[in-house]
Parts: sequence; C-alpha cells; structure tokens
Amino acid sequence: MISWWLLPLFAGLGVAATAGPLGSLVVWRRLAFFGDTLAHGALLGITLGILFDLHLTLALIFSCSVLALILLQLDKYTGIASDTLLGILSHSSLAIGLVVLSFFDNVRIDLMAYLFGDLLAVNQNDLLWIFAGGSLVIGLLIWQWRGLLASTVSEELAAIDGYPVKWLKAMLVLLLALVVAISMKIVGVLLISALLIIPAAAARPLAKSPEQMAMLASLIGMLSVCAGMAFSFVWDTPTGPTIVVSAASLFVMSQVYNSVRK
Amino acid sequence: MNPELVVVKAEAETLIRAQGINQTWGDRHVLQNIDLAICENEIVTIIGPNGCGKSSLLRILLGLHTADSGKITRRKGLRVGYMPQKLRIDDRLPLSVTGFLMLAPGARKERVQEWLERLSINALAKQPVQRLSGGEWQRVLLARALLIEPHLLVLDEPVQGVDIQGQRELYQLLPELRNELGCGIVLVSHDLHLVMAQTDRVICLNGHVCCSGHPDQVSVSEEYNSLFGNQHGHQHLAPALSNELAPELAHYTHHHDHTHCADGHIEGSTECQEQERKHD
Repeated sequence: MISWWLLPLFAGLGVAATAGPLGSLVVWRRLAFFGDTLAHGALLGITLGILFDLHLTLALIFSCSVLALILLQLDKYTGIASDTLLGILSHSSLAIGLVVLSFFDNVRIDLMAYLFGDLLAVNQNDLLWIFAGGSLVIGLLIWQWRGLLASTVSEELAAIDGYPVKWLKAMLVLLLALVVAISMKIVGVLLISALLIIPAAAARPLAKSPEQMAMLASLIGMLSVCAGMAFSFVWDTPTGPTIVVSAASLFVMSQVYNSVRK
Repeated sequence: MNPELVVVKAEAETLIRAQGINQTWGDRHVLQNIDLAICENEIVTIIGPNGCGKSSLLRILLGLHTADSGKITRRKGLRVGYMPQKLRIDDRLPLSVTGFLMLAPGARKERVQEWLERLSINALAKQPVQRLSGGEWQRVLLARALLIEPHLLVLDEPVQGVDIQGQRELYQLLPELRNELGCGIVLVSHDLHLVMAQTDRVICLNGHVCCSGHPDQVSVSEEYNSLFGNQHGHQHLAPALSNELAPELAHYTHHHDHTHCADGHIEGSTECQEQERKHD
C-alpha cells in the first residue's frame, strides 16, 4: 500500500545523498557547466541505447563516461575556451539526441520523462542502481578525499606533493558521469546539475570545513527531495522540478540566514 | 684546510640536476642550454629580470612541465617542498588554516601545531584561509612546504609583498632551517642586486645562465648606502634601515661578459651594465 511512494522517496534520498559531496567538489572546482554538458549528452546515450537495444542504464553510464573523457582530453588540446567548448558540445549533443530520436517512428519514448525526470516511475531495479552507484561514488570520494581536496586547492601544489592529480581528475569526472546517469530518472536531463549545485551552494554559509559542507549538502538535498515530493502530491505539480524549487528555496533561506548573521 | 669540512663537502649529495635544458614558447627561446645542480645543505638564489625564464625553469625543475629537450635527474625519493608566489583559494571552499595544512601528504595534527608555533602563526590555526593578510598567508604556505619534511625547499619570490620586518625574519629563518633539516634551498627573486646573505650561490638567469657566484657581504658603511641606496632603485632602504637589514642581505656583483639586446639575444662581449655603473 505504501510502496508506491516509498520507492521513489528512497531513490530520491539516495541520489541527494550522493550528490552532496560530489556537488560540493563540482562547486569548488567550477565544474557546473561540465555536469550540464554530460547530462545533455546523456540523451544521445539513451537514443543509442534504444537504437542498439542495449540496457538503458548501462548505455547511459557508458555514453556519459565516454563524453566525460573526451571533454577532459579536448580541454587539454584545443585552443578554444573551455566554456565555449562545453557550450558547443552540450547543446549539439542534446540536439543530435533529439534529431536521431525523431527518426524512429516505431520507438515511443516519453521525452518529457527524460528531460524533466519521472520519479514516480522508479522501479526496484533503478533503486538498486542508485544505491550501488551511490555507494561506489561515496566510497571512492572518501578514499581519495585528501588528494581531491588538495588538487582542488591547487593542482600544481598537489602535483608537487606527489598526489596523482591527473588520475584524480579523471576519477572525478567519471564519478560525475555515473551520478548524472543514475540520477537522470529522478530529475531529468535539464535539472541534474541543479541537484548537484544548489544544495552545495546552500550548505556553504553554514559550513566551517569542506567535510561539513559536503555532509550538509547531502542533508539539504535530502530535505529538498522530501519537501519536493510532499508538495508535488499536495499541489499535483511535476516532482522533479518541485524538488529543484524546494532546493532553491532552501538556498535562499541559507543566504538570508547568512546575511542576518553578519 | 679543515679536513672535516672536506669530508662534509664530499658527502653533500646532489639533490637535483638539470642538464642541457631548452624551452621554446612560440618563437621565443626562453631557456637555452641550462645546466644546474643543487646539493644538500646548499642555498641557491636564482635571479633575473621579468621574462628571463625563471618561472619556466622552476616549473621544469618541479616536474610540472617537461622541457623541449634536456634532462632532469632527481635523487631517488626526493621530497620537494614548494612555496608558491601566489595562491588564491576560492571563497566557496570553507577551509581553515589547519584544514589547509592537513592537506599536505602525511600531515599529522601534532606536526601542524609544531610548525604553526615555530612560525609564530598558531593564533591563526582556526582562521579561514581567505581572511589572512599577505604576510600571514605566506607563512602558512611556508609551513605547508615544511610539513612534508622536504629535502629540497623551493621558494618563489618569497619576500614579494612582505614588509621589511617580515623579510628579515624569513631571511633569518631559512638558514636555520637549512641547518636543522639539512635541506637544499632554492630562492627565486627578481631583485637583481640584494639577495639573502647566507646564499651560497647566486645564479643570474636571462634565457641562459649569465653568471653565477657567491654574493658579497653588504657593507654597512654610509658610502655603500649612498651608492646603492640611490643607484639601484633601493631608495626604500634608507641608511638606518639598511644598517639594520645588513646582516640578512648581501649584494650580488654581476660578472657578465656580454649584454642582451631588447629581444634577449646576446650582443657581444662587454662588461655587465651593473658593473659599469658601479665603476662610474
């Protein structure tokens, strides 16, 4: 009886908990646009998954990871400013995904569900992916936390200190790709980076250390999921966007708290 | 000669050696055939005007960049402590001084506390790194470099933006650290004339190694002050202050056998401009 809302709730909480520490790193390292690009490219992954009849979650994870590694390489070798490059890739991959999708008359796909998420359609299999992926992400982040933080502060200093800076960066973008892939069902392509960034930004004024900020971001994200789901039931609004609106409201509150405290 | 001294000299190991380093950025040949070795217990000051290749050489020595040609040999297991000239930490990262120092590999709370006390910055331990003054931040950066117990300590423009008192304290501290840790120290400076007195070797860089040698002791006489205080752009060293600073500073006399044209290429064999001015 209760399971129809319990499953989506746990899925949302799992994604929010994972997004906390990863989103904090995204905020510190200014990777927000990077995450957006991965998310937009994810639609292309779905299209290819349908086209070749692959497991959709695997196709998503694979395409996001490949895109992440391509971006990492392009950033090093092209003379184009990286925000321009990301803008080009982000929107062209979204557009290619949409165009290719339109060629298949026989494939019926709920585009809205991919763009804005469909939390209530989460099944047990999705939940398993979210918790397995989430545990992997959090485990790896905790394991390499010092190195990740050191290279966030200064890549040069971290490299001189002997941290494997390049590997850490590659690991970070791959984890980002994984989280984008598993959280797409919750908030959709267009709102994934909101779930990464907004809770972390809301946590900033309340935190005194990086670890505090990462944990608070998880809590704020989880609170947004609960509030968003509750409001979407009461007012019959789309769940994904309502979660993002809740997170944004919490962000505003933390900013107000911060300016009042000063 | 003191036989003990000979033994010590013979045992001093080379920490890092650069051989035949060449580096070109676009059509500028910024480093030409650089040979350089730094030993244990040795303090080396690299000086040169802006754009002389100091930063490129430093990045190559630190292993951040691979030169177009040439070879870098490091002693096995060499630990390098690096104090950057500038490091800005984004406001979005909530980080205290202790938190920052704990990021050094293998850092422990007790060691962090020890260095904070040694550098008299223990009052800052809980401060957010973004709120420190330039001088305070520089000490924190030095503490970070020392925390890894370096064999080689590299300081990029360590006294830039630091007041005279701070500069003096640093120049007193560095030789002490050298004696305690037995580490080699490399200082990079754009000041072509005044270097730290305990410097064993000054290397003047301008694309290639122009000259190198031991700095002279700063004379504390009025004559010195009137000569260098005005001629070399050190007007801020009023005679009284210069006297006070003298034990930590030394003057480096260049021995160039060539001069550089505006584009950096070598013009022929004439005495260094500084020399000429000095003898005027």
